Amino acid sequence: MTNDELINYILAKKPDVEIDIPAGTEMQLINILEDNPSDFIDIEVHPDQLKPFMRFLKEDPELAFDSLFNMTGMDWGKELGVIYHLESRKHGHELTVRVKTGDRENPVFDTVEDLWFAAHIHECEIYDLFGIRFRGHDGLKRLFLTPGFKGYPLRKDYEDDYMIIRK
Amino acid sequence: MNLMTANIFAQWLQGTHGWLYVLILVLIVAIYLGFFAVAGLLLVLMERRVAGFFQLRLGPNRVGPWGSLQTIADALKLVSKEIFIPKFADKLLYKAGYYLVIITALIGISLIPFAREIQAFDINVGIFFISAVSSVGVLGILFGAWGSRNKYSLIGAMRSGLQMVSYELSAGFAVVTVVLMAGTLKLSSIVEAQHGTWFLFKGHIASIVAFMIFMIAGTAETNRVPFDLVEGESELGAGFHTEYSGMGFAYFFLAEFINMFIIAALTSTLFLGGWLAPFGITDALPAQWFWGLFWFMLKTMSVIFLMMWFRWTFPRLRIDQLLTLEWKYLLPIGLVNTVLMALFVWKDWLFDIGKIFGL
Amino acid sequence: MIEEKVIQSDIQTQEYFLNMGPQHPATHGVLRLILKLDGETVVGIEPDLGYIHRGIEKMCEYDTYRQIIHLTDRMDYLSSHINNEAVALAVEKALEVEVSDRIKVIRTMMDELTRIASHLLWWGVMGMDIGALTTFMYAFRDREMINEIMEQTTGARLTMSYNIPGGVMFDLHPEFPERVKNLIAHMRKVLPEYDRLLTGNIIFQKRMKGVGLLSKEDALNFGATGPVARGSGLHSDIRKRFPYSAYDRVNFEEAVEEGGDNLARYKVRMREMYESLNILEQLVDNIPEGPYQMPMRNLIKLPKGEFYQRVETARGELGVFIVSDGKKNPYRVKFRSPGLMNLNALLKVGLGWKIADLVAIMSTFDFVIPDIDR
Repeated sequence: MTNDELINYILAKKPDVEIDIPAGTEMQLINILEDNPSDFIDIEVHPDQLKPFMRFLKEDPELAFDSLFNMTGMDWGKELGVIYHLESRKHGHELTVRVKTGDRENPVFDTVEDLWFAAHIHECEIYDLFGIRFRGHDGLKRLFLTPGFKGYPLRKDYEDDYMIIRK
Repeated sequence: MNLMTANIFAQWLQGTHGWLYVLILVLIVAIYLGFFAVAGLLLVLMERRVAGFFQLRLGPNRVGPWGSLQTIADALKLVSKEIFIPKFADKLLYKAGYYLVIITALIGISLIPFAREIQAFDINVGIFFISAVSSVGVLGILFGAWGSRNKYSLIGAMRSGLQMVSYELSAGFAVVTVVLMAGTLKLSSIVEAQHGTWFLFKGHIASIVAFMIFMIAGTAETNRVPFDLVEGESELGAGFHTEYSGMGFAYFFLAEFINMFIIAALTSTLFLGGWLAPFGITDALPAQWFWGLFWFMLKTMSVIFLMMWFRWTFPRLRIDQLLTLEWKYLLPIGLVNTVLMALFVWKDWLFDIGKIFGL
Repeated sequence: MIEEKVIQSDIQTQEYFLNMGPQHPATHGVLRLILKLDGETVVGIEPDLGYIHRGIEKMCEYDTYRQIIHLTDRMDYLSSHINNEAVALAVEKALEVEVSDRIKVIRTMMDELTRIASHLLWWGVMGMDIGALTTFMYAFRDREMINEIMEQTTGARLTMSYNIPGGVMFDLHPEFPERVKNLIAHMRKVLPEYDRLLTGNIIFQKRMKGVGLLSKEDALNFGATGPVARGSGLHSDIRKRFPYSAYDRVNFEEAVEEGGDNLARYKVRMREMYESLNILEQLVDNIPEGPYQMPMRNLIKLPKGEFYQRVETARGELGVFIVSDGKKNPYRVKFRSPGLMNLNALLKVGLGWKIADLVAIMSTFDFVIPDIDR
């Protein structure tokens, strides 16, 4: 499906899916096609809607996103979050999903490891470098850094006078 | 000591008494130790040059002419290394490991007939004794690995124990095949019995099969590729000799090469006619001890070259594939082969060139 | 935390842990795997990475776009050229710069040379891992030829930093086409020999056939790409699905094998070497004329937004995700490394096999640890 068809399909289908939407939140659809030359549509979801929405993306036969090919942790200055890149090998379309949370002390999201096992090691990496935990992930541990390391290096407010030299 | 042999030198030796007797025995021991050291040296060098030629490169050729002093340089290096024992290792077993393998290798060499008059022990159960002694060599590996207190070594030694015990059986059946043709276990008599034809040709089908089985089982006995899962160079670091350094490692290393020499020597004694010349072409020449030695070394070196060829060509087998090969394939074939050979010997369907040409 | 437990069975055996530690001849680098073993069978694998973690993604946030190129070299050093190309293409796509045909052809040719060199090294080391020690020497002798070709044009043998946003650093050396033709002739003579050495050997077949099975759906789900996925029947060659540089104007076949075992992955890589030779042959005589660098500003600033570029390295799909906020340094750069995803697949594929099989499986997965650790 082309990007426009995808957007219409998802917007149309969404009310059918049973999600307990907390009051005051809604699914935001950001289409960046007009703004910059990225090829993907971008959808932002609330952290509580993440798991049902991902399941909907994977299991709906028209969408059938069966491959998660990238997961990026992001620090937008005030918020932390994750960007998922999804692709459907069956139909040939791709899109991006992002979640944000303003809670920098204890950010938690749901894991999508049971939908796509590719997320297993990405979530370990994001926990290691950003500090974002994933509910339901078995074996979340520090992957690259030593187990006793304090702090999360890839956050923008990470200070280390010894290792980071700024001119 | 009762050296039962037809050997002229030994008969003279039995006539001497007292300290002369002891002195001459010590001299023989010294000669064999010297041979052990020189053979080890040469074999290691040969392995490296042959490896180089198979891999389209020159081997070591800087130290001495054609690299002949390379192994001496290596030995000096090994001697100068720090000898350490891991803190929690079992000291007795750790040391017993490498002493045992050296002792069994030395005993093995002393029974081999190098020429008509050059053989230290010519006991009447020769080949049986060599088999028995090489089984004791397995113990050395197990002691060394257990004493090292290292999981990797232990895995290697377990594999080794299994492998050597299994392949002893196949090797034994191949030997039994030869003994059927020769009628005796005594090594010098086995060589004498090949005067007309070598045993490889004499038993045609059965002895060719036995030769192949003996080559395979022999390569497995000495832990060489394709059966060197024990050392597992790319898998377990260095297997059972991971925790050894300096002379300890050198002993294991040397013992492996001497074992390879023993297996090759046995192959040439049992199947290829030992120190006999093909068609008796040098029998009329003087200095027979030299010609015997020459033919023996030629045959043994060819078999060693074959074993080295295996090493640099084939990948290695996994432990369960190794054991499947032995118990499901080699052992039944060996059994059937022995019965076949017994049939040939009984009905006298042997291919004897000597009888045909009257040699 | 991992705990030991006693398995109740007829024989009281205990599971034990073996450290396939950072110093190990078979892990191609500093990778530590904690194996939970039952006898010789692997029942659990846990990776412990980070021995060569240099924080490349964090470093990229303090460097300009031209300086990131040098960092990408060191990630997967065996396909360093292709890594550079990924970043260069991402920047060019963002700035909407159209490069000349000459640049595209040069990039493709260097890519394929790098791919052959990487697969040769893989073949040599794989042979060494399973015991055929001679393959290592043969492979490195041939790699020397490729290294010398690279050195003549780019000045370096391993980490080239040759692709930059807007083109390539230097023009091709005049001897380049002739040397490449010699290389093609030599490799065409020698590759069938290498095939014969290993592929038909019964010992090799027993070590590789039926070992390390990965089904097609699993390959997609675990995120495996490259020859690992193509050995399971999944068509995942980025050069065919999203063509870049000059790949849309050459004829080559995607090497896909059914089977999903070690032997299939091995055959995929051997066939890829032949296909790379085909591509080189088609391009070496028709290198178009033109500039080797397009005019770009000295200080590159990308417009605000997110850009994703994929390329096919020798190991799989490398993705570069650049988030830019309009300044001269990128805001965030994420490298989707193929090695990390293949390692993810190994955590499931390796269960139930013996240690010796695990070594063989890892050698066909072809890890380069700096690629995993970044």
